[in-house]
Amino acid sequence: MLSRTADHLFWMSRYIERAESLARLLDVTWQMSLVPQSLEAANQNWNAIIALNSLEEKFADRYSAVNAENVLRFMVSDTGNHASILSCLRLTRENAHAVRGTITSEMWETMNSTWLEAREKSFEQIVNAGVGEFFDWVKMRSSLSRGTTLGTLLQDEAYHFIRLGTLLERADNTARILDVKYHVLRPQGDEGATDFYQWGALLRSVSAFEVYRKAYRDVITPERVAELLILRMDMPRSLHFCMNGVVKNLDLIANRQSGETQRQAGLLHAQLHYARIEDILERGLHEYLTDFMDRIYTLGDGVSKNFLVPMAEAA
Amino acid sequence: MNFYNEMVDTNGGVRAHYQGYDEWLRETPPERVARKRAEADLAFHRVGITFAVYGEEAGKERLIPFDIIPRIIPASEWKAMQAGLRQRVTALNMFLHDVYHGQEILKAGKIPAEQVLNNTQYRPVMQGVDVPGGIYAHIAGVDIVRAGAGDFYVLEDNLRVPSGVSYMLEDRKMMMRLFPELFARHKVAPVQHYPDMLLEKLRAVAPKGVGDPTVVVLTPGAYNSAYFEHTFLAQQMGVELVEGRDLFVKDGVVFMRTTQGPQRVDVIYRRIDDDFLDPLAFRPDSALGVPGILKAYQAGNVTLANAIGTGVADDKSIYPYVPDMIRFYLDEEPKLNNVPTWMCRKPDDLAYVLDHLAELVVKEVHGSGGYGMLVGPAASRDQIERFRQLLIARPDGYIAQPTLALSNCPTFVEEGIAPRHLDLRPFVLSSGECVNMVPGGLTRVALTEGSLVVNSSQGGGTKDTWILED
Repeated sequence: MLSRTADHLFWMSRYIERAESLARLLDVTWQMSLVPQSLEAANQNWNAIIALNSLEEKFADRYSAVNAENVLRFMVSDTGNHASILSCLRLTRENAHAVRGTITSEMWETMNSTWLEAREKSFEQIVNAGVGEFFDWVKMRSSLSRGTTLGTLLQDEAYHFIRLGTLLERADNTARILDVKYHVLRPQGDEGATDFYQWGALLRSVSAFEVYRKAYRDVITPERVAELLILRMDMPRSLHFCMNGVVKNLDLIANRQSGETQRQAGLLHAQLHYARIEDILERGLHEYLTDFMDRIYTLGDGVSKNFLVPMAEAA
Repeated sequence: MNFYNEMVDTNGGVRAHYQGYDEWLRETPPERVARKRAEADLAFHRVGITFAVYGEEAGKERLIPFDIIPRIIPASEWKAMQAGLRQRVTALNMFLHDVYHGQEILKAGKIPAEQVLNNTQYRPVMQGVDVPGGIYAHIAGVDIVRAGAGDFYVLEDNLRVPSGVSYMLEDRKMMMRLFPELFARHKVAPVQHYPDMLLEKLRAVAPKGVGDPTVVVLTPGAYNSAYFEHTFLAQQMGVELVEGRDLFVKDGVVFMRTTQGPQRVDVIYRRIDDDFLDPLAFRPDSALGVPGILKAYQAGNVTLANAIGTGVADDKSIYPYVPDMIRFYLDEEPKLNNVPTWMCRKPDDLAYVLDHLAELVVKEVHGSGGYGMLVGPAASRDQIERFRQLLIARPDGYIAQPTLALSNCPTFVEEGIAPRHLDLRPFVLSSGECVNMVPGGLTRVALTEGSLVVNSSQGGGTKDTWILED
């Protein structure tokens, strides 16, 4: 497969996954903000989203204050922000457009019509219809993209690059969402009703509420939430699950120069496979997740260098 | 002027080959037709069958309007047309081979040598280069118009990078999806095997000794007006769609950069003009091409379709000589008409043209896409004067032809159904001895009342083309 084609496929899948993850993160923040709390605490939650994406400067250029409306506008439909949901959907479509001959027509039509519909939605319309409804729509469109990929695409190299992009992006996003929310939730420490709703919202944001019930049949505790989202191998948005897929797909596309990237991915996977949540929490969850995100970044970089950037012509 | 109507005869009766469609149209509720037309629009948008228009906002894409009334041609007429196309394209390929080898036709005085050798489309780098099967124009898009019953004229031979075949295929797909019942009651010759036929032709012209050739489609990129078609054809043939930056030349061999390292490329269906193909040989500022590809081509290590230098045969200044080529190479009389053409570089012709500007169509010798032409009867006095100055200043840059009474066909427009002018572009595929085409081609229709310019860049639309078997 052409390196350039692989590059577009990889980023196409990353951007649609990123749009979905962002919708999930904004959704949970929105829901958490509905539970009674001080204005300061609420704005702190919104600020965390900006900080998480390292967008403080860009945001400050365009908006005067951090509050629910501004952050939502900035992250949902501000085309001046390359990390907004709308921008991600546009980039998904642009990458798909460049490889529309490689993906199936159903996949292309799904991603093209997602963009065509998205660009018709103004922020005001989204707010009037309820932001929750919009986030559901984004999740649904992402599911549809994934579904048409699974249901129509030949499972060849193109498929493996798409899966690789999806899983790397998802691992990164689950780590982020957990990092920012765990951080906000943990210090209060009481086991009151607020916490129950907050943890519930976090679980729901990664579609893990019912999963949690099934897996633990017990009250929600922060340790178990962390365990579920980091270590459960069968939970589709957990770090372990994602790394499992990353390793498999990397093996399937391996070439002569990808050895080191495969080794790093295998190591990270093995560490997740044999880890205990007690050890992770003792070391400090924030430190653990930061390190994980760094390693995911390095892996993405490795994939890029090994496969996507044109190789040395002398080879 | 009296125009031939494809559907209705001069007494108002529906022509035999349109009777089935006419019945269907009359018995189908207008609401259903309107709903289906809207459905077609939506589907074309969703599928993204769009084209970019030069000069408009960058990256802006437009739909080519699709009309649901098909252009129907009886099989008997098509058979005659097909024989004419075969003859014409065969002669054009022989002409190209001759021009780049012995130049017998020039020696015989059939075409003034300077018309060929001083033509900007003549490529000296191709002199003496042997191409597989002696074929230069593997894909030809010949524009044909009808002036009367059985009276077809070739308007233009497009031998460089003719486009539009994807619309032919998508139009058929759309018609079958919207109105399956129409196909149940008509014997419409299928066209969907075009990509297979194309792939077969491309494989057949691979460099000697290559058993299982790697074929690719070379596109200028996503911002090209025909990008949709490039992706479409690559996908339908199951080959890679590459850009110039995906290819490189090493030791006279072309490779593409893949995730598994360099892979050799044998046949390139290129959709890039000669000028942009190789910055080392042609335009040095071209970022679209592949440095060194000309050398690889000259060495016979890769086949380009179409060949470099085909423009010298489809140029408007060469067009008037095509009937002579047919007589010279095939010793046959041309089966398709050429439009009488005044060559303004000849003083007598120029004088006539200047006297009759208001009746003639004037075209730039190197123009295409309906840009830079004058349609006398439809032009304002100012436009005519402007062309008069252009002609006087640079007579060899122009040709003129009589304004043909282009046939028309009922078409959905805002006011309802009204006749609009149309042409036909069959796609003729050649490899070695074999010249093939799928029945019909792309019908383009001028949607503006009275307009004779059908190009999509000038607001033209398309229709499904039916060759109706008896």
